[in-house]
Amino acid sequence: MSKVFIALQTNEASRCIVQAILADNPDAIVNRQPAMIKIDVPDRMVIRRETIEEEVGRPFDLQEIHVHLISLSGHVDESEDEFTLSWAR
Amino acid sequence: MDMKVKKKLALKEKFALMTRGLAWETSYEPMEAVYPQMAYEGLRIHNWDAWEDPFRMTMDAYWKYQAEKERKLYAIIDAFAQNNGHLGVTDARYINALKIFLSAVPMLEYNAHRGFARLGREMRGVGPQIACQMQAIDELRHAQTQIHSLSNYNRFYNGFHDWKHMSDRVWYLSVPKSFFEDACTCGPFEFIIAISFSFEYVLTNLVFMPFISGAAYNGDLGAMTFGFSAQSDEARHMTLGLEVIKFMLEQDPANLPIIQRWIDKWTWRGVRLLTIVAMLMDYMLPKRIMSWKEAWELYFEENGMALFNDLARYGIKLPDCTELIRKEKDHLSHQAWNAFYTAGMMTNFHTWIPTPEEMDWLASKYPDSFDQYYRPRFEHYRELEKAGKRFYNTSLPQLCQVCQIPMLFTEGDDPTQIAYRQVTHQGDKYHFCSDYCRDIFTHEPDKYVEAWLPAHQIFMGNCFNPGDDPSAAGFDPKKSVLDYWHIAFGRDNMDFEGSEDQKNFAAWRDQATRN
Repeated sequence: MSKVFIALQTNEASRCIVQAILADNPDAIVNRQPAMIKIDVPDRMVIRRETIEEEVGRPFDLQEIHVHLISLSGHVDESEDEFTLSWAR
Repeated sequence: MDMKVKKKLALKEKFALMTRGLAWETSYEPMEAVYPQMAYEGLRIHNWDAWEDPFRMTMDAYWKYQAEKERKLYAIIDAFAQNNGHLGVTDARYINALKIFLSAVPMLEYNAHRGFARLGREMRGVGPQIACQMQAIDELRHAQTQIHSLSNYNRFYNGFHDWKHMSDRVWYLSVPKSFFEDACTCGPFEFIIAISFSFEYVLTNLVFMPFISGAAYNGDLGAMTFGFSAQSDEARHMTLGLEVIKFMLEQDPANLPIIQRWIDKWTWRGVRLLTIVAMLMDYMLPKRIMSWKEAWELYFEENGMALFNDLARYGIKLPDCTELIRKEKDHLSHQAWNAFYTAGMMTNFHTWIPTPEEMDWLASKYPDSFDQYYRPRFEHYRELEKAGKRFYNTSLPQLCQVCQIPMLFTEGDDPTQIAYRQVTHQGDKYHFCSDYCRDIFTHEPDKYVEAWLPAHQIFMGNCFNPGDDPSAAGFDPKKSVLDYWHIAFGRDNMDFEGSEDQKNFAAWRDQATRN
């Protein structure tokens, strides 16, 4: 099975995004490197707006992720509520 | 009259209206005449509407988030400059990595801007048009932010002063320059496979993740911020690369062999280009996060394989060159540093022999190659240095006709034997570093015979400083070429040890840490 990943800059906003990813993807593997964090998940990763909003305590537009994003892999699917990366189709 | 208040548009709906909804079929000119570049490469596209945009980024959202990225970036750059952040880097040797970066990369970004601006016009579907237009703006932003960030170093250190002039002339910089000029002179579909897929999706993670994270590790907030800010756009570009390839493959099975050849070619071209990044990571970052080999295994062998596994359902195969690349990962960075160290008279940055501790680190990361092949060589150079006989290679190297890298790579199965390949074309001999560069040449010889090879140009007398007379008594060709490149002999080039950079950094840091 292939892994998908997302890498984010380490800052205050992404700390909350990372918490949300870990909550929604129990198989996530976290790899912390200087100034960045890389999260790998087997096959499919889902990033949910509601979970991030619980973490940041304010309304959150999923496209805000673009500001903190470093890289990703897998097929992207984006809606208001979910941002998913997957190899399965 | 009561108006029904409409709920805010859903993302997918808004995206459809703001992209495809803006397109139209021409009426008084045939579409083929409006998009004349779409046919000659032989790709068959039947339905542009089948284009799926993975990121549903509309122009208004694009401007909003890009503006936010810029605000963050310039706040960090200003703070870094204002606080003399350059004195916080681990070791002044690191700054030499930035000299290479500045003279090689902004020019690549600028050429990427030109390439995508062209595709924004030439792609017939509105989905790829808009993605290419955004990318064209991104690439221009990358060039600008890199130049702005690094200009601060030019106030204090040598070798940064004329990067634009150098990037068009200095021998080793013809490698990145010719790579992008090769891509920009391809048809639009080959360009987008070359840059969006092979380069961005498969390879740029290796530049911007371990190397830029390494810059942060070495205290360089400036490079960290422009690097990651650029890479945040790169995630969108990579997604475009993957979308492009799926789209082309799904349109017609006849597209497969054309695309496979482009993937094979540009994966290899990209890997050759990254040789210098291998060297930056293993030899020029005083504090290291991971070796080039580890980065390669993580980002190419693990993440890249996931991608190729996914594309296997279309019939796409792993490029043949992958086997040689796997063998070269133990040698690439050492061979490159050896080449630059010995060519240190002809560089716009300083070189050095790794310290004994650094050699131990290299040996631990490269247990199958460093002590066997490279440590003895570097220790020999160090002995020569101590004896006052620092070794400089004073001859010009033979260059590969395609990648333009000097013949420094060894045979996959014999690291003691330099690899040479040769082809005779219309009575002239051409030389190559590998089977794969040779095969690229033999497929399109008329393109690659035009290559501007610095070593050849120097021999032809095209790289002497204007006004110098090669027939005059006492003419020094090396000095004249360095003058032509705007490299100040004895100040910008040669050893780090004893350089003005080394002395200034030590003196300024001393001032910064005591009264």
